[in-house]
Amino acid sequence: MTLSVLTRLFLACSLLGLTACGERDGDFGSPREQRSTPVELVLLEDGQPDPSVLAEEQVVYRGNGEEPETLDPHLAQGVPSSHILRDLFEGLTTESAGGDLMPGAALRWNISRDARTYTFYLRRDLVWSNGDPLTAADFIYSLQRVLNPETASSTSRSLLPIQNAREVLAGELPVEELGISLLDEFTMQITLTGPTPYFLGLLASPVAFPVNRKNLEEFGDQFSKPDKLISNGAFVLKDWTPRVSIELQKNPKYREAGLVLIERVIYVPTEDRSTEVKQFRAHELDWTYEVPNNQFKWLQRHYSYELVISPWMGSYFFGFNLTQEPFIDNPSLRMALSLAVDRQIITDKVTQFGEQPSFALVPPGIDGYVPFSPEFADWTQEEREHEARRLYEQAGYSDDKPLRVEIRYNTGDNHKKIALAIASMWKQTLGVYVTLVNEEFRVFLQNRKQKVITQVFRVGWISDYNDPYSFLELFRTGNGQNDYGYSDSTFDALLDEVGTERVRARRERLMFEAERVLMSDYVIIPIYSYVTKRLVNPHLRGWRNNVMDHHPTRNMFKLNSKDTGEQL
Amino acid sequence: MRQEGILRHAAVRLLGLIPTLLVLITIAFFLIRMAPGGPFDGEKILPPEIRANLDANYHLDEPLLQQYFRYLGQIISGDFGPSFQYKDWTVNELIARGFPVSATIGGLAMLLAFFLGTLIGTIAALRQNSAVDYSMMGVAMLGISIPNFVVAPLLILVVAVYAGWLPAGGWDWSWQRMVLPVVTLALPVIAYIARLTRGSMIEVLHSNYIRTARAKGLPEWLVIRRHALRPAILPVISYMGPATAALITGSVVIERIYSIPGLGSYFVQGALNRDYTLVMGVVVFYGIVIVVLNFIVDLLYAWLNPRIRYDQAP
Repeated sequence: MTLSVLTRLFLACSLLGLTACGERDGDFGSPREQRSTPVELVLLEDGQPDPSVLAEEQVVYRGNGEEPETLDPHLAQGVPSSHILRDLFEGLTTESAGGDLMPGAALRWNISRDARTYTFYLRRDLVWSNGDPLTAADFIYSLQRVLNPETASSTSRSLLPIQNAREVLAGELPVEELGISLLDEFTMQITLTGPTPYFLGLLASPVAFPVNRKNLEEFGDQFSKPDKLISNGAFVLKDWTPRVSIELQKNPKYREAGLVLIERVIYVPTEDRSTEVKQFRAHELDWTYEVPNNQFKWLQRHYSYELVISPWMGSYFFGFNLTQEPFIDNPSLRMALSLAVDRQIITDKVTQFGEQPSFALVPPGIDGYVPFSPEFADWTQEEREHEARRLYEQAGYSDDKPLRVEIRYNTGDNHKKIALAIASMWKQTLGVYVTLVNEEFRVFLQNRKQKVITQVFRVGWISDYNDPYSFLELFRTGNGQNDYGYSDSTFDALLDEVGTERVRARRERLMFEAERVLMSDYVIIPIYSYVTKRLVNPHLRGWRNNVMDHHPTRNMFKLNSKDTGEQL
Repeated sequence: MRQEGILRHAAVRLLGLIPTLLVLITIAFFLIRMAPGGPFDGEKILPPEIRANLDANYHLDEPLLQQYFRYLGQIISGDFGPSFQYKDWTVNELIARGFPVSATIGGLAMLLAFFLGTLIGTIAALRQNSAVDYSMMGVAMLGISIPNFVVAPLLILVVAVYAGWLPAGGWDWSWQRMVLPVVTLALPVIAYIARLTRGSMIEVLHSNYIRTARAKGLPEWLVIRRHALRPAILPVISYMGPATAALITGSVVIERIYSIPGLGSYFVQGALNRDYTLVMGVVVFYGIVIVVLNFIVDLLYAWLNPRIRYDQAP
């Protein structure tokens, strides 16, 4: 007991000390002034930077979060591995620095009138990193491998829109029955079960990257190791020491090798976010995976030029369990609880991370879609609270008969702080008695899924692809992800229509309508939409913010630190 | 006679290792399986077809008992199986890469702690109740009570970020990257050993044979070195067994903060990810390390302390 009090005391002291040290930054004579000078850059006519301003050493150190689980593009699931794989491989389509879809291995494509058949015309001069030609057969082999039951790929679910994919995965049909066919050496056709607007974007993701058949047959499941892996992207795998670094080197055989300026990329696993920031400050990293929430304010003051914040396609919200009391058939109560949450305070005072307060499910910025905005989004917080109290009473609760409810979340500082804030807002505005329950992640997921003991629970959803549909489908009747027990025939019918609609504007309209239905039923309490936040060396250029947070190294280059600042 | 006793003792202890490990494996195996959720559960749910393929691939579709015996068979042949999480690596590979790192950091920290700790403890004991004694023990108390997740970031901030003398994190087997983690790991152990040494040294210094040695006119440093130190570090030795095991198997906190690819993080990450094979592999490996170290301490004890003999009664 005494020890723990002592420990806390020391902890408090040292944290105070830490801030104090931070304030005196300049006293230590580090070359900080030079780094915080904004750098101007002149591009030549061909869009490439003037060679005279480029740093001699084009090497990038990228902090990359957790150790990637694998570099097999068909088995990898995590975000860290996807960053590396986008450097190593290239799909039929690819993305520009700003995240826009571009031709990749395919030079062009046709889409049939019913939006179900895609014909791809590949570039004719493509080669693997070992010099072997890369043809349509390689892509067909790769897609078949992903969906082969023996591969046991969990990301294969993104390829389910391909005809017969489900049957092949279940082992009911051979892989040859997939809706993929070879027309000639450089032409291939993919047939889908229905219109899938995000399909071209999907082909730019790791699950649709080509793997080299000879490579796989020679080394089996060891093929993704250094000295073995053959790839087709802007970089090749040079070295991999688990939890130390993954080093990639420029691929001279890449189709646009002449435009790639970075010679080496070193991906550094950074499990601890605070250490990552220190590594950045000690000039050991050019790019961080993230920054810790609790240092945001400080970084904003001292690293304002290096700190980059940008919208991301993820939503943070709390869900109601509609299958149990007190929320079953009780929309007034759910609305009251939603209105009583002051999102502005949560993002400004609790999370403090530049997140966008949110009143809808779909975050802004996804593929041009403008999310639904409820009427109360335009009210002041006082108006919302007033209405909340009215609805609360209408639902049959009062100071004498207050609501008692549990908020459940998985263990995490941020989740805890937000849950606490919501609990106190509900207490203050409505007099609700809240119990906070935190659980280890997998226990939490299981409880959520069973829908027996949950009442209000935390949800964070980051989309796999640039399409609002990936948020809406979570609420469809019978969806494995529907932990809310929401079931609404109008909503389901709208989603069915979205699935078959191929006119973009009409499809967007349908999704908007579906979101409106969902939000008017108060199934969730939206809190905020996610942002990405990282520190970037100001001399590292060529990348651009995008809602998917995809930043291939092939677009980047490093400026000469001496030639920056006043001179340009 | 004494030699033979130690050998017999060693043989019995080594045989005793097998049932201990078997119990450990059994409990760990069923405990991790009892934990809710599995390795393939995430916020995003897999379609049943894909789930079935994954389960079949990792034999998770078999009855639990069958999986248990399959696992036992694997371990006997020295194979911990593939990791669920780190798909490109086997558990054997991960341990083979992680353990040398943890053992180096932990071993160096233990060496440093042993020498500095006994030195400080001895000095403090010789100057008992003086200002030197109080300040040393005060600092030692600090060392024990400040947790390393506070010390480590502070060291990085001052030594790496402000001064720029050493790297802030990462690993390449160079001494520069070892200094900070070794010091951080050693600090509380130094403090603990210093306190232990001081206590037992004071006791020993008051014993009759020390008075005899001094009476014989031996110089003080010889009295300390030859007669007092050996009995005085006995409690340190018995503390060092488990402490060394804890240090060389890797500390999650140190590994995360300094970005060191040791064994400790695999253990915690493995448990959180329900990476069954990785957790089991590390548990079994830890078990072996701890049992072996305790065994070594027992032998050392017998060698250092003339009062303990492993032979049969006279």
